[in-house]
Amino acid sequence: MQLDNSQILRFTTAGSVDDGKSTLIGRLLYDSKSIFEDQLEAIEATSKRKGHEGVDLALFTDGLRDEREQGITIDVAYRYFTTPKRKFIIADTPGHIQYTRNMVTGASTANAAIILVDARHGVIEQTRRHAFIASLLQIPHVIVCVNKMDLVDFSEEVFNSIVRQFEAFSSKLAVKDIRFRPISALLGDNVVNRSENMPWYEGATLLHTLENMHISSDTNKIDARFPVQTVLRPQSEEHRDYRGYAGRIASGIFRKGDEVTVLPSGLTSTIKSIDTFDESPGEAFAPMSVSITLEDDIDISRGDMIVRTNNKPRMEQELDVMLCWLHADPARPRAKYTIRHTSNEQKAVIRDIVYKVDINTFERNEEDKDIAMNDILKVKIRTTKPLMFDSYRGNRTTGSLILIDEGTNETVAAGMIV
Amino acid sequence: MLEKELELSETARNGYYLNYLDELESEAIYVLREVWAQFQNPVILFSGGKDSIVVTHLARKAFYPSRIPFALMHVDTGHNFPETMEFRDRLIDELGVRLIVGSVQESINNGRVAEERGKNATRNALQITTLLDAIEEHRIDCAIGGGRRDEEKARAKERFFSHRDDFGQWDPKNQRPELWNLFNGKHYEGEHFRAFPISNWTEMDVWNYIKREGINIPSLYFAHQREVVWRNNSWIPNSEFLKLEEHEEIVSKRIRFRTLGDITITGGIESEADTVEKIADEVSAMRQTERGNRSDDKRSETAMEDRKRQGYF
Repeated sequence: MQLDNSQILRFTTAGSVDDGKSTLIGRLLYDSKSIFEDQLEAIEATSKRKGHEGVDLALFTDGLRDEREQGITIDVAYRYFTTPKRKFIIADTPGHIQYTRNMVTGASTANAAIILVDARHGVIEQTRRHAFIASLLQIPHVIVCVNKMDLVDFSEEVFNSIVRQFEAFSSKLAVKDIRFRPISALLGDNVVNRSENMPWYEGATLLHTLENMHISSDTNKIDARFPVQTVLRPQSEEHRDYRGYAGRIASGIFRKGDEVTVLPSGLTSTIKSIDTFDESPGEAFAPMSVSITLEDDIDISRGDMIVRTNNKPRMEQELDVMLCWLHADPARPRAKYTIRHTSNEQKAVIRDIVYKVDINTFERNEEDKDIAMNDILKVKIRTTKPLMFDSYRGNRTTGSLILIDEGTNETVAAGMIV
Repeated sequence: MLEKELELSETARNGYYLNYLDELESEAIYVLREVWAQFQNPVILFSGGKDSIVVTHLARKAFYPSRIPFALMHVDTGHNFPETMEFRDRLIDELGVRLIVGSVQESINNGRVAEERGKNATRNALQITTLLDAIEEHRIDCAIGGGRRDEEKARAKERFFSHRDDFGQWDPKNQRPELWNLFNGKHYEGEHFRAFPISNWTEMDVWNYIKREGINIPSLYFAHQREVVWRNNSWIPNSEFLKLEEHEEIVSKRIRFRTLGDITITGGIESEADTVEKIADEVSAMRQTERGNRSDDKRSETAMEDRKRQGYF
């Protein structure tokens, strides 16, 4: 049974086409007993029909008709499993098609990234790319799984050499917590159960790592930020004078009696109450959804941000942004886009491309000014009104934004404010 | 040493975290408020099943002390369990919200759809037309559903905000990427969105939440004595719509329903679980998926994907 105080851990899985990513997810689900009998029977039948020996665990992650027919994954799929310690949400991102776009999507909400490396091939270009994206999206924890250890005789030397290869370039990245696990997803070694084939390895299994890593401090608890989603004004007798600002705390902690400033107006007040349906707690923290009332009657609407007076975000119109272009339509020079940032929406223009990043070599290219799908680049953006933000490095919620094409309504880019 | 393993208990280090149910609740409330802010005329698709009941409960919390600002929309196939209808009407009264009904019988009478024929005929697929007609008629720009990604493989690919074109169709290969918690509900006239606030919940999460919150659910979920017939590996309830096959026989069993759909397609399981606590225990020990008793999903391997593409819930 799941414990009442267990937390959610969201992780994303990255691997190139034949790294065994689907097998690993299948193994985690299977060995943690998260697969139902009817699912297992269906997979057994398909495995037999396809002539596989035993049960092909990779089939658990098959989704749409086209994916099954073509044996590929098209889009991010979300999978779930629970152990007595935690609930897990896996963002299962495809290995090849629109790779960057999908991994960035999966990484945006992840506490942890699993990067798969094939023990036979070691660190390859794709591994560097995955590590770069994990770093760019500021995923707090990275677990490098050296998979297919069974195909290299469970060799400690091979594992150590891959660890060294990885560390040689990961020191340039901004990931604080990197761990390495030697595994065989196919046979189950060190995934859920300890490997008997690798007595030299004394570290934790993958599941044990996921169950126990410390994630509470992944969210910013310092900078109190409350983007207002909507205003609650009940028309009933009982609550005639109620005016609550509804939203989800983006970061930090708010307390009754806090001196607050409302941005962009700059008006100040004091928190009168923090309310939920069940209670009016004296304090509330990210990521709680609450409604806040203030002592003074000031004009506040969606898109405004309530912050503590002694700790304000930046408020500017000129932004430096790391952008990942997500759409097949290339960016048009000087084109206008809609920016969505917290609950705020504004018009914006890409003023300049500072450089493009080669995600294989991490090199910056200042000459190439075309923006196409899967490109990662640094740009200068100007908004019509000042935006209230923090840098993405310190705050993944108030530092992130998306660009929407005004002509097609499509989400075309994801941005992280520098 | 390759790394420092931090394994202190979370509580000892830092009291400021939410448990999984609180985090799921907070996320769902955020999604519901986002729907309200981004759309003109959203509704909750209400089937009378536990998932849409939970979504309705969450909507009540999201806008408190205001009333739920959405109407509830029910697609009435005419093949309902009477218990579901009574439950629906009581809930509507209690919440003081508006009810919109789309009637499959009317769609048949108007010639919009034709009744299926044959022994396994159901009105399941016919609902799609009725649903899309009702969305158009009432100018609904967002229909909030209780769909969960753990339910079915096509649903695993759903977004929180899921775009539907002006034919109501879902294009799973061409969805808008959804990053962080930034939802893009922009659309043209005639298009609409489906929103799924409990995307990240599993069946177990739903039951644990119902238990914790003390949410009322229809009596059909609890073990009760009922006349049933064994068909497609589950106990199909006797009703005026049931046509017995030659070898089939009606028996009385103590059963309960794990999901609720039409009376013609929803199979029951033998059970003694007559409280939410017992149901939660039973579900946690369950070795079959929830939709395993739904003959609508068994028609083909991609039955759900095919219906979803056309505009199904």
